[in-house]
Amino acid sequence: MQNRPLILKLLSAAIVFGAWEIAGRIPVSYAFPTFLETMEALVRMTLDGSIFQAYAETLKPLVLGVAISAFLGITLGLWIGLSSWFDWLFSPIFVVMQAAPLAALIPILVMAYGIGLTSKIFVVCIMAMPVIVLNTSSAVRNTPASMKEMAHSFLAKDRDVLLKIILPAASPIIFSGLRLGISAGFIGAILSELKITPTGVGDIITYSRSIADYPSMYAAIFSIILLAVVFLNLLEKLENYLFEGNNRGYASD
Amino acid sequence: MKGIIVAMPQTEATMKKQTSAAPDSAVSVRNVSKNYGTVEALKNLSLEFPRGQLTSLLGPSGCGKTTLLKIIAGLLQPTSGRIEVNGAEVEGPGPDRAFVFQDFALLPWASVIRNVAFGLELRGVAKSERESIAERYIRDVGLTGFEHSYPHELSGGMRQRVGLARALSVDAQVLLLDEPFSAVDEQTRRKFQEDLLSLVKHENKTFIFVTHSIEEAVYVSDQIAILLPRPSRVSEIIRPTGFRHKDVDSIRRDPEYLDIVDQIWASLRSYVE
Amino acid sequence: MTVFGYRLPAMSSLLVWGLLWEIIGRLGLTFFIPPLSEVIGTLFEIIGTPAFLKALSETSYAFFSGVTISIVVGIPVGILMGKSRLLDELLLPWVNIFLSAPLTALVPVLMVLFGFGMTSIIITTTLFAIWIIILNARAGVMQINRSLVEMGRSFGASPLDAFFKIYLWAALPEILGGVRIGIIRAVKGVIIGQLLISIVGFGALFELYSSNFLMSHFWAVLIVLFALAFSISELLAYLERRVAYYAAKR
Ligand SMILES: Nc1ncnc2c1ncn2[C@@H]1O[C@H](COP(=O)(O)OP(=O)(O)O)[C@@H](O)[C@H]1O
Ligand SMILES: [Mg+2]
Repeated sequence: MQNRPLILKLLSAAIVFGAWEIAGRIPVSYAFPTFLETMEALVRMTLDGSIFQAYAETLKPLVLGVAISAFLGITLGLWIGLSSWFDWLFSPIFVVMQAAPLAALIPILVMAYGIGLTSKIFVVCIMAMPVIVLNTSSAVRNTPASMKEMAHSFLAKDRDVLLKIILPAASPIIFSGLRLGISAGFIGAILSELKITPTGVGDIITYSRSIADYPSMYAAIFSIILLAVVFLNLLEKLENYLFEGNNRGYASD
Repeated sequence: MKGIIVAMPQTEATMKKQTSAAPDSAVSVRNVSKNYGTVEALKNLSLEFPRGQLTSLLGPSGCGKTTLLKIIAGLLQPTSGRIEVNGAEVEGPGPDRAFVFQDFALLPWASVIRNVAFGLELRGVAKSERESIAERYIRDVGLTGFEHSYPHELSGGMRQRVGLARALSVDAQVLLLDEPFSAVDEQTRRKFQEDLLSLVKHENKTFIFVTHSIEEAVYVSDQIAILLPRPSRVSEIIRPTGFRHKDVDSIRRDPEYLDIVDQIWASLRSYVE
Repeated sequence: MTVFGYRLPAMSSLLVWGLLWEIIGRLGLTFFIPPLSEVIGTLFEIIGTPAFLKALSETSYAFFSGVTISIVVGIPVGILMGKSRLLDELLLPWVNIFLSAPLTALVPVLMVLFGFGMTSIIITTTLFAIWIIILNARAGVMQINRSLVEMGRSFGASPLDAFFKIYLWAALPEILGGVRIGIIRAVKGVIIGQLLISIVGFGALFELYSSNFLMSHFWAVLIVLFALAFSISELLAYLERRVAYYAAKR
């Protein structure tokens, strides 16, 4: 049976969605719509275009926040990895940030920057940045010494060592740091829409909950999870494709 | 039992010669075949393992040595055919056989003494008893003083001594060794081979020893079964008897030893690309 | 980092940042950043207050419940997945999905299903922690050296003995690694849950302080939280290193 993995995946999906449907029909709770009702709501929102409008809103802070985090995070990570002074100065902050529940900063961000886009971008940034910085810096620090020595023995300049040895050697781990950062960014983007002001998908969720339109609420949640999972999986595929053969590892999670 | 044989090495040597025509088998392999999917690892293989002797399975890698050994151990089921140990059919692992692993298979979280006693621990032997048995075998394999060390603190050779002591401590009649010295450096390996010879002499056990080294096989074996692949079969059985009673240092210079090594190489060389 | 041949301790730069914080606070550049000394003063003031202790105990309760559920359920499920191919193929896609899904989106569902209370927060915490624990336990079991398994069989280990004396220990480094990451995620989960369901624990406290503009109170609580989270993560990393000595030698 060559198709065994595929068949089992479909079977597994059928079991879960079937259980959802049955649980919705009993119903286990007045606030638990069936799978089919949810899909119906999703199709409806797709057809009238409201879901696309919502995503245009939701993705704005996400994309901007991730772009800023990627740029700042990689730059800072490179610096930290290259200079022991920067390492001493900045690493502790990001190590603490990595372990800390940064979501707790949201009330302060709201006080300082209001309830608009800026705060939301900030939320995405503080969630996404630490893992990007830490992965980049440790990848740079862990470039095999023999490769750097090889370059020096062929009289490479520092710039060449950075561009031709360190960056390529570090790129798989930097990339996976980006992926983990985007994953955390999704959490931040939705958190900020639910906590700060309801916009985009957060608005659909909050609004349909307030009018007890549970199928729409579940459909919105279903769609954002689907989007995040599909996107992150594609990134992982891309990563495997780009860096096939390189040894990879995560500096942190 | 052990004492008697130690006391009569001469008698034993002569006895071996006499019985070599129709040896009493500790282990019999009867028409065993083993397929992995479409790969025929073993095909209709039969072989006798004389009691109290060391038989080597020698052959190029991939010819099914490990497969045969694991079938004898009961770790693998043959596709067809049967294995008998002391006349009883093998259906799975049993207390009459003990395995020494190529990669040692020690518990990295357990001390040397616990590792050596582990086989007894699994049999439910009380702690004090199994540890005193383990201590004896730790001494026999020359690891006194390392009882409370951990595997990662030992060299490869010492780790294999732990594996050997563990197999000896359960007092099985048949010892199965899968390339036990291949992960060990050459000097340690030679010492091991000498120790193995004295084990065979002093312990009344049947040894089945897998190796891909011709010199090693000729040096330690009472009987060598040469396995060849495609199709896998026992191509030859050689009994180097002439120098077996000599002391360990002069074996490697014995003309018969050198002849046999050459003869085996001649028959194997065509299988080595 | 060495200065004049003297090695600076690893986290010592935090003192520099603390100093910077103090200076910015003293300069009164922004209302949102009171001087660190004031924050620390407030910290000692509020740390014994009933409101703080209530928040702390509610949070700890939710956190420990969530972590306990994740460990007690996650490790056996992971081990079973590592041992049974069928179970693995059925469950693995879902574990991976929940591992990368933005779980914050599920909190509103939990709120409508389980109410605005402790139950929802405990489930949120569990959802943050459990998937990585499952995945690591699975990986731990799958990497067990085959000859260790065969060793157990050849010496006649019973299934129970094999599990408790060999498999569990052989998979322990991975399992502990998963538990460590799971617990760090649980800390984040419990706070996110409380922020969204802001009538419990620190969520309620944050609400109170921020609506009254009690900045130094707010920062004081943040410092306590971050310090706790960091200590937990360091402690777990230390425990993990203690078994790591054999992780590479299996
Ligand atoms: N688990 C397995 N699955 C499929 N083929 C196997 C397996 N184990 C061994 N083989 C094949 O069986 C043959 C014999 O293997 P093995 O007994 O390990 O040989 P040896 O120990 O003599 O090197 C080889 O061709 C090998 O590729
Ligand atoms: Mg082999």
